[in-house]
This record gives sequence, structure tokens and C-alpha cells, in this order.
Amino acid sequence: MPINYYIFLSVALFSIGIIGVLTRRNAIIIFMCIELMLNAVNLLLVAFSKMHHLKAFATDVATKVGTEAQLFVFFIMVVAAAEVTVGLAIIVMMYRNIHSVDINFLNRLKH
Amino acid sequence: MNKFVFLIPLLPLIGFLINGLGRNFLSRTAVILIGCGALIASFVLSLLLFKEVSAPGFTTQIINLFDFINAGGLDIKFAFQVDQLSVLFLLIITGIGSLIHIYSSAYMHEETIPHYARYFAYLNLFVFSMLLLVLGANFVVMFIGWEGVGLCSYLLIGYWFKNKDYNNAAKKAFVMNRIGDLGFLLAIFWMLSQYGTISYAELFPKVGTASPYVITCITMLLFVGAMGKSAQIPLYTWLPDAMAGPTPVSALIHAATMVTAGIYMIARSNAMFTLAPHTQNVIAIIGIATALLSATIALKQNDIKKVLAYSTVSQLGLMFMALGVGAYTAGVFHVMTHAFFKALLFLCAGSVIHAMHHEQDIRKMGGLRIKLPLTHITFLIGCIAISGIPPFAGFFSKDEILTAALEKSPVYYVLGVLVSLMTAFYMFRLYFLTFAGSFRGTHEQEHHVHESPAAMTWPLVILAVCSIIGGWVGIPSVFVADAHLLGKFLAPVVASQEMEKPAVHLSHEMELGLMAMVLGLIILVVFIASKMFRKSEITENTETGLSGFLANKWYVDELYDVIIVKPLNALSSFFSRIIDNRIIDGFVNGVGKAVQFSGRQLRLLQSGQVGSYILIMVISIILFFIFQLYWKF
Amino acid sequence: MAMSMVEILFWFLTSLSIFSALMVVFSKNPVHSVLWLIMVFFSISGHYILLNAQFLAIVNMIVYAGAIMVLFLFVIMLMNLNTENEQSKSKWLQLAAALSGGSMMLILVAALKGNVAKATAMFTQDSGIGLIKNLGNVLFTDYVVPFEISSVLFLSAMVGAVILGKKEAA
Repeated sequence: MPINYYIFLSVALFSIGIIGVLTRRNAIIIFMCIELMLNAVNLLLVAFSKMHHLKAFATDVATKVGTEAQLFVFFIMVVAAAEVTVGLAIIVMMYRNIHSVDINFLNRLKH
Repeated sequence: MNKFVFLIPLLPLIGFLINGLGRNFLSRTAVILIGCGALIASFVLSLLLFKEVSAPGFTTQIINLFDFINAGGLDIKFAFQVDQLSVLFLLIITGIGSLIHIYSSAYMHEETIPHYARYFAYLNLFVFSMLLLVLGANFVVMFIGWEGVGLCSYLLIGYWFKNKDYNNAAKKAFVMNRIGDLGFLLAIFWMLSQYGTISYAELFPKVGTASPYVITCITMLLFVGAMGKSAQIPLYTWLPDAMAGPTPVSALIHAATMVTAGIYMIARSNAMFTLAPHTQNVIAIIGIATALLSATIALKQNDIKKVLAYSTVSQLGLMFMALGVGAYTAGVFHVMTHAFFKALLFLCAGSVIHAMHHEQDIRKMGGLRIKLPLTHITFLIGCIAISGIPPFAGFFSKDEILTAALEKSPVYYVLGVLVSLMTAFYMFRLYFLTFAGSFRGTHEQEHHVHESPAAMTWPLVILAVCSIIGGWVGIPSVFVADAHLLGKFLAPVVASQEMEKPAVHLSHEMELGLMAMVLGLIILVVFIASKMFRKSEITENTETGLSGFLANKWYVDELYDVIIVKPLNALSSFFSRIIDNRIIDGFVNGVGKAVQFSGRQLRLLQSGQVGSYILIMVISIILFFIFQLYWKF
Repeated sequence: MAMSMVEILFWFLTSLSIFSALMVVFSKNPVHSVLWLIMVFFSISGHYILLNAQFLAIVNMIVYAGAIMVLFLFVIMLMNLNTENEQSKSKWLQLAAALSGGSMMLILVAALKGNVAKATAMFTQDSGIGLIKNLGNVLFTDYVVPFEISSVLFLSAMVGAVILGKKEAA
């Protein structure tokens, strides 16, 4: 399988995430779409890691090239977990205040 | 010795910096020590330098300190030129400057310490600029000093800056000076483009390479500069107003040194002026006209300092006449003697004003000879000296100027004699009104009148001695052959210029006869003045007719007001009402309105909906991608 | 051309993830969205395994599909949002959103199409960098400082969540 298949898959998942963010009004769904976009990027990173690893592997069977990319994905997951915690807390807070999670009610920015 | 020349201007600069920056911390004694010490040290250095210059076999020396402007073909060095002329001026400036500094330490004692230190800082800065002016080896260094003295003059005239009139006087002096400075600056540019250099040593030998027309224009521009600084028609009105400053300042700046900068400049560039006979004629005519005009005004002034101010303008006019007829030595000689007796007269006036608690109206004085014996004697010496009675200093220098004038044209001579007679008249009028008769002020004032402290009287005595003997360096050949020491001293600097054949050659008998006649006339005038003003009572009647015309200074200020100030005001108000209000403000406000309008329109885009923001963001990203990928630059 | 086993697996996982992602966006019920998203995560984990990133595949399943999605589900249950009462955006806005998302995809594909080397065969043997032994080794030597800092991040996130979630802020 060539690498560009993975690129196109990531792009597709990412764009679906964008469409979700743009079309839905439910804050939780939007948040989930953002997670989807994050995962699309993670997938791409892992694919690139593999690609680089294989290139180095052709000359050196004990190569560790590509480890950093996987660790990067790991850290992205860490940050995403922290982000979800805070984000969900904010959504709970919002629900408590306006009894809705509809972002159309969040037009305070105008004032 | 040459290595130390730079110290002469540097010491006052250091004094200025210490006193100026430390004015809140220094004690009164420290201020005096720094202020006067710097000057006296420079005076001693100048004396040493003088000794070296007067030794036989001395040639002009140029000391390059550093490159000042070096761009392309232009190379202007920050250099000093030591020769007879600059050393003579050095001595006058530092010598009289030191005396006036010492005098000021007592005269200004009523000021609080920060202002006291500020005063001395300004004085030192002034002396620094003046030394730069006379030491500079090219016109640019001279111009730096030239501007510096203008600035200091402004600062010192407006020293009591809380008084609005004094500030206006300071501004007037500055603006008038600036008009002249522009002429000087243009002359410098013109010389640069014509000759490619402005250092004296390189410029003067090749002055003749330009066409006479160009030389005339350059010298006229230089003279415009001199006009402003040395208070000649039409730029003289600032000098009488400059009397707003403290009296020692008037003595130092507006009598002895700064106003002679114009004379120095023309004497320095005599090589050019000799080649421009038209300019010389203009200088002589303007000089004698200024002398006459201000002498007539001085006849009717009642402010002790104003009389002296107009007399200064008048004497400066005489000096310019001397320069105009080509008698550079005579002009410089008169600068020297005038510095002695005019500084003396101003300091005496300061002493009187000090004693009278800042009363300057001579109608309220009188009879001060008993209360102020020392001031009285020295003032009398000053009056005799300025009136030109031998063997006091003024006689020799004035005689030399008049002789030179007669050789050029009898008209100059007659007018010059007239000026001298008027000088004698108004000076003795001033003397008799102030010191003779009986006291006319209030009883309280009379009670407080006292002789000034030693720090003020000693400079008076020294200057009085100089006023007596100062002229003996230039004894004309009719008395003692070959005794003109100053002429011989200055010969290397101005030698080649006085070769012209005089129009009228004077025999010794004729010269002596004329001298005796003028002397007789002067003594007659003094006698008349004594008759008129010795009486104690002054009838206070409003001045009418000619005397009113004179008392109001020929209405020159009013004339300038009508032909220059009023139109300028009208123009300014036109600009402020139409150009500024309508066009500039309209433009500025228009920009503001446009921003407000477009802001109101753009606000519609800001719905406050998060969703729409995200949509805009995504569209923007797409556009950026398209731009990046498909827009080939 | 017969497909190998991994190729069949790849296409299966790819179509599964795209379909599930679409379902996340288009289901009316939030709970269904969450479940479809878990499906996406599982298929992505499958891709990770195909790419020999075994450790990441496991972490993805545990952290994302397990912890995070449970958290989402929890919040939805808590707010009683598992009904299909969400008002949809106006038709025009939805059209614009779909159009811009689609053109985003198009432009990305267009941008990347010609630029990547195609011939690399991805599913071959490697030296096992995705194994926990290698990753742990690097993580606790070269990346130990970021690792520790991430614990501070978690702590602050926890504190933030607690403060935000308190009933009435004092």
C-alpha cells in the first residue's frame, strides 16, 4: 500500500470532521468532531513514521528511525485527554447556565 | 603649547556641564569656583598662547582635532586656527569674561542656588561657543560657535523666564539672529560649492578664482549674517530689547563679545571683502547709518541700560564703517577698546542698578557720586573713554577709524564726527543725570543706596585701568612714529589689504588739526551737556515733535510691526482658519470618519455566532491554500 | 489482481472508518454519534496495527475509545441529551458548510497528490519500533522531561475541571 492512500484517508477523515463542526449545533458533537480531526492527524503521523522507518530499514535492520513520531502521537493523546477533561467541564458549566448545549445561544461575543 | 589649545574652549564647556547638571547639588561657593575658575584658567592659557604668538617668527598654526564631516569630496575638519586675530579675540573674551564672571558672583547673589548655577552654566556655555567661534579654522566651526552664542544669548536674555516680556525679548533676539544666520549659512554653502573648501587656509588664497559677481554675493550674504549678530540696520532692534537679561550678561554678550562676532567674521574674511568693493560700500553705508540712527535714539532714552544699548549699536556701526572703508585693523582695534569701556560702563550701570534695587530709570537717580564713589569714578572714566578724549582708549581707536574714513570719503568723516559728538553728548547726559545733582528717587531708596561689594568693584577698577591704557597699543604715527603695536601685531593677518591708495592723503599737520578740532567740539558738547543736565530737577513733559520721534526710537519697532509682523499674523490666521481647519483637519477627520463608517459596515460580519466564525476561518484556509498552490509568482 | 490479506484488511478498515466518521456527523442522536466515534477509533487502531505501531494501537483503544468516549457518554447521559431534539442549522448554512468542507478536502488532495513518493510498500517487516520496549526506552530517557511535564498538565487539567464543575463558584 503506498503512503498516499493513508494521506487521502486522513484528509477524508479530517474533512468529515470539519463538515461536522460546521453543520452541527450541539457543542458535544462539535467537540467529538474535533477529536475525529485530531485522530486523522495522528494516523497521518504514524503513517509517515512508518514510511521513514522503512526507508532507513532498507540499509540498517536495527534502525530506530520513526520512534519520535510515535512518541509525538503519544503526547498528542495526552494533551487530547487533558483537553477533553477541561472542554467537557466547560460544556457542563454552559449547560448549567443556559440549560442547553446549542452553540447558537453562545452569541455573547457580539456584545 | 599647541597641544593645550583645545583646553581653552574645553574648560568652560566642562564648567557648563558641571554647573548645569549639578545645579541642585552644588553649593554656592562650588558654583563660583567652577564657573570663574574655568574662565580664569582659560584666560591664563590664552595669555600663554599670546606670548607664543607674539614671539617673532610665529606663523599661523592649524590644529586638527578630529574629522567633523567627511563625505565624498567634502572634508571638513574640526580644527582650530591660532593666529594673531584669534589670539587677540581670545584675550578679550576670556579676560573680560573672567572679570564679568567674578562680578556676576556678587551681582546675582539674590538668586536661589539652582538658578545661580544655571546662570553660571549659561555664561560658561556662552564663553565656550564664543571661543569656538573665534578659534575655528573654517567657517563650519565658526558657524557652530555662531549658533551657540545665539542660543546662549536667548537663554540669558530670558534668564528670568517667568516674566513674559523678557521671554518675548529673548525670542525677538533669537529670531532676528536666525534671519542673519540664514545668510551666513547660505554663504557657507555657496563657498563650498564655489571653492570646494571652507577652511580659511585653503579658501582665502584662491578667493580670486571666482567671478566678482559671485564674490559680491557671498560677501553680501556673510554681511547679512554679521548684520544679525552685530545688530546693524535692519536687524538691530533686538539688541536694545536684549537688556532684559541680567546686567553682567548685557556687558559680556551684548556689549563686549557676541555682538563683535560679526566684526570678527568680516575681519577674518577680509581677503574676500577686499575683492568686493560693492559689498564694502554697502557695509560702510549701513554701518554709518546704524551709528547715526542709534546715536539719535540714545539721546532721548531714560533707561540707563537702553542708553548703553543704543550706544553699543552706534559703536558697532562705527566699527562696520571702519571695515567698510578697508581699515580692518582700526575696526578690530575699536572692538578691543570698546570691549573695555563698554563692559566697564555696563558693569557700572549694574552696580548702580544693584544699589538702587533694580531701578533703571535715570530720571529717578541723581547725586549718586557721594553714595557710590568708586562706581562714580569708574563710570566717569568709561564716559571719557567712549567720548574719545585723549589719552583714554576710545580716542585712539576712534581717531584711527575717522582717519581711515576721511581717506575714503569726507562724507563718512563728517558723519562719523557727528556720531562721536552725539556719543559724547548722550554719555555725559547719562553721567550727569545719574551721578550729578541731587537724588530724585523715593526717600526709602535713598536710604538703601550703598556701594557694591568688592567682587563687583574690583572688576570695575581693572576695566577702568584698561579703558585708560588700552588705547596705547595703537598710538597713531602722528604722535610717535612706528608706535602702532596692534597694527604691527595684526599685520600678518590683514597686511595685504591696506595697500589701496587712499583717495585723500593726509599730511601730519592736517591730521593733527582735524584731531584738535574734533576734540574741541567734543569738549564743547560735554560742557553743554553738563549745563543742561547738572540741575537736579527734571521737568516731566511728554515728548513731542522730533524728540518724541527719537524717544520712540524712530518708531522702527512699530514699522516692523506693520510691514512684517501684521502681514505674517494675517497669513498665519489665514492658514489656521482655511488651510488648517478646512483642509488638513478635513483630511484627518475624513480619515477618522471613513474608518468609523467602514467599521459600522464590517460590524455586520461580526454576528457573535461561533459557527459563522469557524465557517469564515475554514473558507479563509481554503483561500490561502489556493493562493499558495495556484498563484505562481 | 488478487489482493493480499493485509490489503483486504486495509480496505475494510478504511471503508469502516470513513463510514463511521460520516455516521458520527449525521446521526441525530448524540449517543449514536458517540458509539460511531468509538467505531472510528477502533478502525484507526486497526490501521495502527497494520502500520506496526502496536503500542499506539493499544493506547488509542484504552485512552480514546475507553476513557474519553466513556466520559463523553457520561456527560450526555448526565444532561439527558440522548434525544433527537437538536434543531438543525438552516439549509443554506448547512450547504455552505458541506461545500467548504468538501472543497477543503479537494484542495488538500490536490495539494498532496503529486508530491509524495508512491512506491513505498507500507506493510513489511521492520525492527519493531512500535513495541513498548523501544518506545518506553526512548520515553524515559530522551523524553523524560516532556513526560513529567505532561503529568503537570494533567494535574492542572484536573484542577481546572473540578473548579469549573463545582456547583456555584464562590
